[in-house]
Order: sequence, then C-alpha cells, then structure tokens
Amino acid sequence: MAKYIVKRIGLAIVTIWVVATLTFFLMNFVPGGPFLSEKAVSPKAMAALEEKYGLDKPLWEQYVTYMTDALHGDFGASLKQRGRTVMSIITSKFPVSARVGGLAVLAAFCIGVPLGCFSAMNRGKALDSFIIVVATFGIAVPSFVVGTVLMYVFSVRLGWVSSLGLKNWTNYILPVTALAFYPTAYITRLMRSSMLDVLGQDYMRTARAKGLNQIISLFKHALRNAILPVVTYMGPLLAYTVTGSFIVEKIFTIPGLGGEFIGSISNRDYTVIMGTTIFLASLIVLMNVVVDIAYKLIDPRIKLK
Amino acid sequence: MSEYLVNIEHERLSFFTPAGEVKALNDVSIRIREGEVLGIVGESGSGKSVTAYSLMGLTAYPGKLLGGTLDFNGHRINDMTEKQMQKIRGNEVSIIFQDPMTSLNPVFTIGNQIREVLKLHTDKSKSEIQDRARELLQLVGINEPDRRLKQYPHELSGGMRQRVMIAIALACEPKLLIADEPTTALDVTIQAQILELMMELKDKLGMAIMMITHDLGVVASMCDHIAVMYAGNIVEYGETDDIFYNPKHEYTKGLLRSIPRMDSKEHERLVPIEGTPVDLLNPPKGCPFASRCDQCMRICLREKAPVTHFGETHYSTCWMNQKAELEGGKRQ
Repeated sequence: MAKYIVKRIGLAIVTIWVVATLTFFLMNFVPGGPFLSEKAVSPKAMAALEEKYGLDKPLWEQYVTYMTDALHGDFGASLKQRGRTVMSIITSKFPVSARVGGLAVLAAFCIGVPLGCFSAMNRGKALDSFIIVVATFGIAVPSFVVGTVLMYVFSVRLGWVSSLGLKNWTNYILPVTALAFYPTAYITRLMRSSMLDVLGQDYMRTARAKGLNQIISLFKHALRNAILPVVTYMGPLLAYTVTGSFIVEKIFTIPGLGGEFIGSISNRDYTVIMGTTIFLASLIVLMNVVVDIAYKLIDPRIKLK
Repeated sequence: MSEYLVNIEHERLSFFTPAGEVKALNDVSIRIREGEVLGIVGESGSGKSVTAYSLMGLTAYPGKLLGGTLDFNGHRINDMTEKQMQKIRGNEVSIIFQDPMTSLNPVFTIGNQIREVLKLHTDKSKSEIQDRARELLQLVGINEPDRRLKQYPHELSGGMRQRVMIAIALACEPKLLIADEPTTALDVTIQAQILELMMELKDKLGMAIMMITHDLGVVASMCDHIAVMYAGNIVEYGETDDIFYNPKHEYTKGLLRSIPRMDSKEHERLVPIEGTPVDLLNPPKGCPFASRCDQCMRICLREKAPVTHFGETHYSTCWMNQKAELEGGKRQ
C-alpha cells in the first residue's frame, strides 16, 4: 500500500508537469497577449510592460524561469489584477467555491444513491419510471437554465431567499441546488443501473436463501458492490465541482474560483491561467488516487500495484 | 405431523412475463421422507429448480402459484408470509447453488458470510458463533479454518467455495438441503469429492436432500427416489432402480440411451434425443414430449396421458403404458 502510494505520487508529479508544460506552450502559441486591448498601447509602454513581466525573453527561458519558480511555490503575480499574486487569488477564492461545490457534491451523493437504489428495487413500477424521467430531465437541462429558473422562482417571484452573494446560509440553497442538479440525476441513474445489475447476481439469491430480509440484503450485500461506479464518478466530480462553476458563480454572483478560470483565459492573464490549471490538475490527480484507494477498501478483489 | 417432510401436491406455477404466461410447473407432486434423497432430473427449463425454489418461497414476482399445496416440516408454505419464510430459509431448509464462483458475495470474508446465517437464526454469543463457524469449515473438510475464515471468496478455489456454500447451508442443521446442480460448475474430480461430502454429511446430520441435476450418474449413486421432469411435468417417478432398470416413459428411456454405459460394446453409439424443448409460453395440448418421441401416437398429440402406477411408488405419465388397454378396448 505504502509503495503504491509513493508510486502514484511520482506518477502524479509527472502528470502535473505534462499538463503544466502543455498549457504553457499552447497558451503562448495562441496569437495575442495580455497587454493587447482595444485601446492602443504605445510601443514603448508595451516594451516596458513585457520587460517587467519577462515576456520579452525567449519562450524557452520564460518556461524554465516559470517552472523553477513554481517548484519553489512561487506562481507569480497576476498580470492583470494589480498587486495580487496567483497564490493569493487561489487561496482567497477557492474556499468559497469549495464550500458551495462541496455541499453540492454531498447533496448529490446523499440524494442520488438512495434514489437510485429505491428506483432499482421498484423496477418497472410507476415510481421507478417517474424517477427515471426526472433524472433524465436533470441530466438534459443545463445548469444555467436550472440556475436562472431557480433564481427567478425563489428569489424574484417568491422572494424567499436573496439572490446575490453568500451572506448567510440561505444564500447557499439556490447555488448548491443548481450545482447539484446534474450530478444528482447522474448518480441516480448510475446507482440504479449498477444496483439492478447487482440485484440479479447469484450472491443476492444466496442472501435471500439464507433468510435475510430485503433491507439487510440490500444494505449489506448489494450496496457495497453496487456503489463502485458511483465512487469512480465521485472523484473527478468532486475535483471539478469544488473548483467552482463559472456559470453558477456568475448567476448567483459568488466570488469563487470558477470565474477566475474563464476570466484569466479571456484576459490572457498567463500566470493565473497556469496557476488555476495546475491547481485543478493536481486536484483531479489527487482525487483519482483517493478513488483508487477507496476502491481497494470497498472491493478486496482489487489489487493496487 | 405427516409422514413426509416434504409433500408437494399438484403444484401449478407460472411466470407472468411481458411475453405472456410461462407455465413453468403443471401439476407437480413430490414427497420426501426425513433423511431421504430425492433426485430431480430433467433438461434445462424443465422446472427442476422452480420446484425447489417454490418450496423456499423464492419464486415471488413474476412467479405465481396457481394451484396445489406445498407442505414442508409442518408448515403450509402456500399460506406463509415473507416474514415467516425468512425464519425457515437457511434454517430448516437450505440451498446450495450451481455456481460457487458467483454465489458468495465477493466483498465479504468467508467468516462473515458463515457467521451471518448463524447470527440470524440462533441466539449464540459471538464467541460461540466463531467456534461454530470454525467447526463448520472442518466439517466440510477445509483445513486451517482460522485462516480461511479471514479470506475472501476470490482467494479460494471453486471446490473450496462450494464447500463453503455447503457449510453455510448446514450451519443451522436444516431438515432439508436443496442442492441445485451443485457439481455442474466443478471439474470431475472435485465433483466426486463434493458429492461424497454431501452423502457423508447427510448420514452424519440426518437431513433429507433434494438433488437437482441433469447428470444421471449423480442421481444413480446418491438417490433413493428419482423424479424425471419434462416441461413442467413429472413424467416418471420411482425408486432409483425402477427408473434405471424399468423405465416406463419414453423420455426416461431416451435419457438412459443418451448416457454412456460401462458395459457397452466397443462401437456402440449414444442415441441423442432429437428436437428442442417445448415452448412453455404455448405448451402443447397433449403429452409435452410427443413432438420428440419415437413412439408418438395420435392420442399423444390430443390428450395428456393419465398416471399409470407400477407398484407402490413407481408411476409414469405415458400413453405407451395404456397402449395394451386402449387397443384391447377398441377390439371389444
């Protein structure tokens, strides 16, 4: 186990390095730059800016400098947001996104798993069909529609919760619902199909033949086998959701990290692009390791090599 | 209490599927005395397993009992609720399945799965349960029980897993053990070991066994009585010797012709039974075997044959047995 984790960490470093390198060069090969705007900047000022941020040096040298600094934990200063370092942007905005996203993932898991089990157990009945229809709807409707409709109904029409910012806990309800909508639906469907598969297995028949009641055979014998696909999905889901959704954050004006991803790209804020990308990549890699270890704990047949 | 441990009379059971009503059992009657071994033989889909499962109440949805009575160990199975059935299953009647590779839950240890059934049906303490689990593994011939109890199913071989299944089935010393093709998925040497083990345990514990198989060799060596099933009917029933030496149904005769014999001449060919099993969605009006039978007569296609008795237990439903009478009747 320890050996496996060490190996995975080594692999993770390589993965993150590849992601960082690709991003760095792709970003620089795209025409344009951080200081081009509609308002013409004098060539002199441009040269001064480029010199200040080291953008006048050959690309290779920029790369080496960036990587060396990054290895020392210095991700540079934002090119566009005056006086802010990339690190400070991430550390101030990530907790906001993580709270909203974490709650959304938790809700999706806690609702999706029981709903999927329930649906599978009542296969073919009206309730099952109803759950499938709702889940399909949840998968098909994009989050900006869900977010906008939620806001219109509950904030504008009914006035139950404030629509903007995250001042108290009620402000969390709508964005968390909007974010959780798709994963809940997806987990429900995933859980249902995997549960149906497990319910047809021979060992479930054995469980019944032993005299176990339906509840115990479901919770003990079926759930642990059926939850594996959901666990696989949870890893990347968690990584993506806690780093914030651009759309949901825009709709509910949440000062989260999601906006920075998109904003940094349209602003050509090179250092922020690099910083947020490396951060997301690291999270995804980390979550995958966590998923693999969780797999091993759930299913003893899986060998970690 | 009646003289029989199991007494199934005129059981009719259908599965209501989207394609229609599948008549899985049409008038099945079976009796087993305490400590007796009954073999049920027949091809796939003949209703062997359904008969056994219905005795355990495991045919619910889309299966539906349409008629007949099922008595087991003083219980009228027909009238029992699911909750009452749960008290019997794994306790008074146990089952071992065909495929030991998939019948154990892969994510729990062997020990967990054996202890589970003991926890459910006995009020033994934790340490007593552990002792009993160890004892059971030794009973089914597994060495180093302490180590094995901590292992997962995938760490054991097929034969070993079937032994574990037997240990689970015998945990509460059932009155009846249903063995649903217990050796089909195992290789030949292991088959023999498992059968031997079952017979040994039967003598030791005095339980009855319902042995479901399509291997005539297995029933010949083990069973007191044999029921031959075809398309949801018992076509012939009798003591093992009756069935092997004095078969009275054309299907039984066909089955016996299709197995190799020790005393056969060198180049004797096996005779297969031609044709395909009947479609239980639309069972034929007459004898279900008629379309595949060499001796088929006109009446076989029109009407079901009545039961003809030969001696105390031996009976068969074949028009051939009525032939003499019928022809005699015509002449008069």
